[in-house]
Amino acid sequence: MFKFKKWATVFLAAGLIFSAGIMSGCGSDSASNSGKKEFLNVSYDPTRELYAAYNEKFHEHWTKELGNGEVTLTQSHGGSGKQARAVIEGLEADVVTLALAYDVIEIKNAGLIQGGWQNEFPDNSSPYTSTIVFLVRKGNPKNIRDWDDLIRDDVDIITPNPKTSGGAQWNYLAAWEYARRKFNGDEAQVRDFMKKLFANVVVLDSGARGATTSFVQRGQGDVLIAWENEALLSKKDNPDAYEIITPSLSILAEPSVAVVDKIVDKKGTRSLAEEYINYLYSPEGQEIAAQNFYRPRNQEILAKYSDTFKPLELFTVDEAFGGWVKAHEHFKDGGSFDQIYQK
Amino acid sequence: MRESIWLKRTLIFLAASFLFVMLIMPLILVAKEALSKGVDFYFAALTDEFALKALWLTIEATILAVALNTIFGLASAWLLTKFDFRGKTFLGSLIDLPFAISPVVAGLFFIMLFGRMSPLYPLLQEYNLAIVFAVPGIILATVFVTFPFITRELVPVMESQGRSEEEAAATMGANGWTIFRRVTLPNIKWALGYGIVLCSARALGEFGAVSVVSGHIRGKTNTLPLHIEILYNEYNFTAAFAVASVLVLLAIIILILRNLIENAGKASLQVSNLKAGVAND
Amino acid sequence: MFGKSDVIPGRRLTLGITLTYVSLFLFIPLAAFMLYASGMGFEKFFAAVTDWRNVHAYGVSFFCALTAGIINALFGLIIAWVLVRYDFRGKKIMDALIDLPFALPTAVAGIALTTLYAQNGLLGKIFYGIGIETAFSPIGITIALIFVGIPFVARSVQPVLKELDPQLEEAANLFGAGNWTIFSKIIFPELIEPLLTGFALAFARGIGEYGSVVFIAGNMPYETEIAPLMIMTKLEQFDYQSAAAIAIVMMILSLTILLGIHGWQARQLKRIGGVVGA
Repeated sequence: MFKFKKWATVFLAAGLIFSAGIMSGCGSDSASNSGKKEFLNVSYDPTRELYAAYNEKFHEHWTKELGNGEVTLTQSHGGSGKQARAVIEGLEADVVTLALAYDVIEIKNAGLIQGGWQNEFPDNSSPYTSTIVFLVRKGNPKNIRDWDDLIRDDVDIITPNPKTSGGAQWNYLAAWEYARRKFNGDEAQVRDFMKKLFANVVVLDSGARGATTSFVQRGQGDVLIAWENEALLSKKDNPDAYEIITPSLSILAEPSVAVVDKIVDKKGTRSLAEEYINYLYSPEGQEIAAQNFYRPRNQEILAKYSDTFKPLELFTVDEAFGGWVKAHEHFKDGGSFDQIYQK
Repeated sequence: MRESIWLKRTLIFLAASFLFVMLIMPLILVAKEALSKGVDFYFAALTDEFALKALWLTIEATILAVALNTIFGLASAWLLTKFDFRGKTFLGSLIDLPFAISPVVAGLFFIMLFGRMSPLYPLLQEYNLAIVFAVPGIILATVFVTFPFITRELVPVMESQGRSEEEAAATMGANGWTIFRRVTLPNIKWALGYGIVLCSARALGEFGAVSVVSGHIRGKTNTLPLHIEILYNEYNFTAAFAVASVLVLLAIIILILRNLIENAGKASLQVSNLKAGVAND
Repeated sequence: MFGKSDVIPGRRLTLGITLTYVSLFLFIPLAAFMLYASGMGFEKFFAAVTDWRNVHAYGVSFFCALTAGIINALFGLIIAWVLVRYDFRGKKIMDALIDLPFALPTAVAGIALTTLYAQNGLLGKIFYGIGIETAFSPIGITIALIFVGIPFVARSVQPVLKELDPQLEEAANLFGAGNWTIFSKIIFPELIEPLLTGFALAFARGIGEYGSVVFIAGNMPYETEIAPLMIMTKLEQFDYQSAAAIAIVMMILSLTILLGIHGWQARQLKRIGGVVGA
């Protein structure tokens, strides 16, 4: 009988916990309907600290300065493409702040965001930017100065796979445009340049963070092609081991922000969502972006952080590739990136 | 069977060195990285508000998944070993299916079932039920990936035990529950223990499937493994390893608990083994 | 022997629980997935499945998982044997350690293993010294798969070995049978089933494993790309259907192996049962 009691207790406990689990799942959902507002920003890696700081600031702005009701600001982070998929699959994001416009376009194609979102906010709906730079080992032993050095036979490169990492598509496009200008648009030569560049890639990690680890912790490769903000983060972690090299020409990486229309209309959070994004363009928002290694759009604040952000010639995806839908052709199945590896 | 001392030593040496190279060294590395910024940093990483919330969610999902899978494991193992029926082999393989499915794809199963692309979605919306990108989805995904463990541990043991003891007991008029409790359970205690430990360890560490259905909402749907990923992705290497070490510690706690229960039950186990020995004769 | 009329009670109850549970947690989600995938049409399915790069990735996953499974089967057997049969210092610790690979999130395992086995890693230095590239190569993938599969074989064999009737061995010993004879004729046949089960599980897990492998693989097309990575690639392109197609191929591959092993076991059992019955 003793054992029977024990088992009965176990089952009973299991049942209780199970129902508690279901309740807590639904409970949190019903909380969003009654009184206190819940607000979700679906973002990518590594913007957690940026938005942790920003949310605190914005919360104060929204409740104190604007005198609105209490709101709980939550945030979600992951690979940009994965996050976009989660929103398409039903994650109820009020706003998305992703690494590239293409991911937002996919959400738009799923019918959650209205067309013309890119003109809804200033600067292509991109409140802060970054660019693609090179991270090399201290003293730059291989003397890497520009994109041309990357196709030298003695240089080993680390870059993430643009097919699994949306962020790495900027790396690819930056190199492509450099070659296009160098060879005056001769596509055969551009492809040859890209082929040589990727022949030097020793590890094709699935994400930016994995690539940084391969370069920093594993000692693989001579140069890491990386986002400027991530290069600055690695350097902050290891100030004496690395140098950042700014190439002569690079791409203006414009992380995109958008209000998820379908969700805010359902939840009644449109004004909050719009203010959330608009405030990113305010001096306070821009300052927080700069502190987290993103180039602010606000020129005054950019000038204030000129030690961190070196000036260089930048081009946009729209100028060079005619928008993201076209740029993305490179990464489609059988596109120019696949052709590099085709046998 | 009496082995010579050198054979014994060689085997122990082989087992130990394999485990050392493949298992202990990576674990030492995790510990070293976790403590590389000092003990204060380590505890700060662990007591972070969102780390604690993630820890609680992980424990909740693990307990639920293990409880459900234990009930299922016992029932299915009983079914598979005590009875003959058509399609038995097929059912056995079906139970293993979750192992054959990449965890990421397993996560997609639930997205297709409960997500926005699902025909069920409007219905769920109407009743305001959040399954994926909420706690229930995480529990479902955890149950799915740990689904076969307990069955798989029980079946070989129950198979090798045969049915004669249970049949004898049934002939003598014992009911099902008594047979299970008095005859079967003492024989499968070990296997059940292993199954539960494996199942909970796997549930604690599950990343792929949960990552797909979680939505990664900080403080709400982030489990500990997901929290680790986020820390890692923001270049917070040390904190990521610190939190990872907690999962290892949790697994060790489960093992200790199992050992305690085992020791407590040892006396009764010996008695029933004796009985079983007599029955065999 | 006992025919259709059961002596042991509980057929209906356990069948009910099992089928309900299997339907709820397995069939319905699987069906939802298949329903979605079926929208793609045969041509697209065929194109996704037979793309040479994907075929190569199945191959890498298959062979690395197979190798890792075999190594785990061998060492799993030794570990289980040592733990059940011998007493030695540190036995409890060894016993406790075996399950830890499951608790460590796969990505953490992957990062830790890569740190150790990369060219500048503690173990990597030794291996690279003798010309074995233990990271960013198929060997690296195999190492990661060995790690995630350690518990399977050891934990399947251990309980069976523990419950093994010692009387048979003692009897054989009395009749002067040697160690090898006792092991191969009496003990090993009992262990084949759990050994195969453990191997099959480790193997199936290996084919689907992503998190730990992706860090150590290097992910070079046509060299070290694994099948789950190809799924992620398709998903990243928002191409759910091609991802589903690859997933279905992998599922069939693993299921065939599991079915094969179960079928073989069922036949074995019938044979043994027949002998005992006679």
